[in-house]
Amino acid sequence: MEYRDYYEILGVDRNATQDAIKQAYRRLARKYHPDVSKEADAEKKFKDLGEAYEVLKDPEKRAAYDKFGKNWQNGQDFEPPPNWDAGFEFKGAGYTGGSDHDYSDFFESLFGRSTTTGGGRRQTFRMKGEDQHAKIVIRLADAYHGSRQNITLSRATVDENGRVTTKPHNLQVTIPKGIIEGQRIRLEGQGMPGMGGAPAGDLYLEIAFADDPIFHAEKRDIHMELPITPWEAALGATITVPTLGGKVQLKIPPGSQGGKKLRLKGRGLSTATKKGDQIVTLRIVVPEAKTDEQKKLYRKMAEIMPINPRKNLG
Amino acid sequence: MTDMTPLTGTVLDEDMRCNLGDLCRLCGVPADSILEMIDEGMLCPQGNDPREWRFTALEVKRVQTTIRLQRDLRINLPGCALALQLLEELEELRRLCRMR
Repeated sequence: MEYRDYYEILGVDRNATQDAIKQAYRRLARKYHPDVSKEADAEKKFKDLGEAYEVLKDPEKRAAYDKFGKNWQNGQDFEPPPNWDAGFEFKGAGYTGGSDHDYSDFFESLFGRSTTTGGGRRQTFRMKGEDQHAKIVIRLADAYHGSRQNITLSRATVDENGRVTTKPHNLQVTIPKGIIEGQRIRLEGQGMPGMGGAPAGDLYLEIAFADDPIFHAEKRDIHMELPITPWEAALGATITVPTLGGKVQLKIPPGSQGGKKLRLKGRGLSTATKKGDQIVTLRIVVPEAKTDEQKKLYRKMAEIMPINPRKNLG
Repeated sequence: MTDMTPLTGTVLDEDMRCNLGDLCRLCGVPADSILEMIDEGMLCPQGNDPREWRFTALEVKRVQTTIRLQRDLRINLPGCALALQLLEELEELRRLCRMR
């Protein structure tokens, strides 16, 4: 079992006042709340904060915890000495604050489990399991075609003795064709287990897209920048363009300027009823004039097709 | 435990509409809480009568986020309304930043 340094988790000194502990917890809880924070491990940090605060906010538990001394490091292998909790009113394992949090082995061996699931103290009420929320990052191509994704979630399960343990839970989830960023998939009954025979909660998976070197999505439309030569822009051309569904031929109209947007209908993130397009933005790449002949050609162009691109600048 | 049977869920997409009862069941809250969120301007259901009200996927998410913010950070309802508005703005700004 690993020792947990609750003071370090809350970022406070060991001699911090109860008010300072409360303030640190509230500040960090706002910072790492999974709905607010974008940090990858926000959920774990938020749980750790809750656990640290559960101990340090209570003077009795804090005093018992302090008895272990200050020489322990976070993560260090730890076993509590026998009768470590003698003389404290919470009576060691078996006590809880009554919440259904998913605490660490360290916490549970010292302070017990939730009264709603704790061995020997189980209550008979039924309660639906909590919904679980997770974000999954998929490739744009997987959203375009539809796919199956393997995901691993941390899942609390209740064993026959009523003990809560956390185990990795692997799932394979069907990602429907045409899903878009920010949309959520609800998997009924795949959340946290219920209590007293009540149904499990639901699992909500929010879709995020991995960065792609060519494409980016805006709702159902897929955007890409297409580099073209000045003569393709001036004279028009038919160019092979990548899409998420494979290569297609795109006709560049004569006289196109950089920044012009061309639409490939139905080549975005589409479902049976909703269509997305691919928007291609032209970027004209000007060739460098390196040789005398090339410089001469540019001068000739300036002579026979003069243009003032800054005429609107006054 | 490993369960590799592919799971198929329901996509809460832009066409999704649910009634007041569905919203209460999905979010595990009483109708009174939903009425308070409507009063606060956090939800704008389509339809004139509560029996005709229809809520969007975004509104389901707003209710679920509000419940968590109230429970975890002890934010009152006007505070949640402000936090939601700012979170949605932040999400949009992050999205625009990623595209640059």
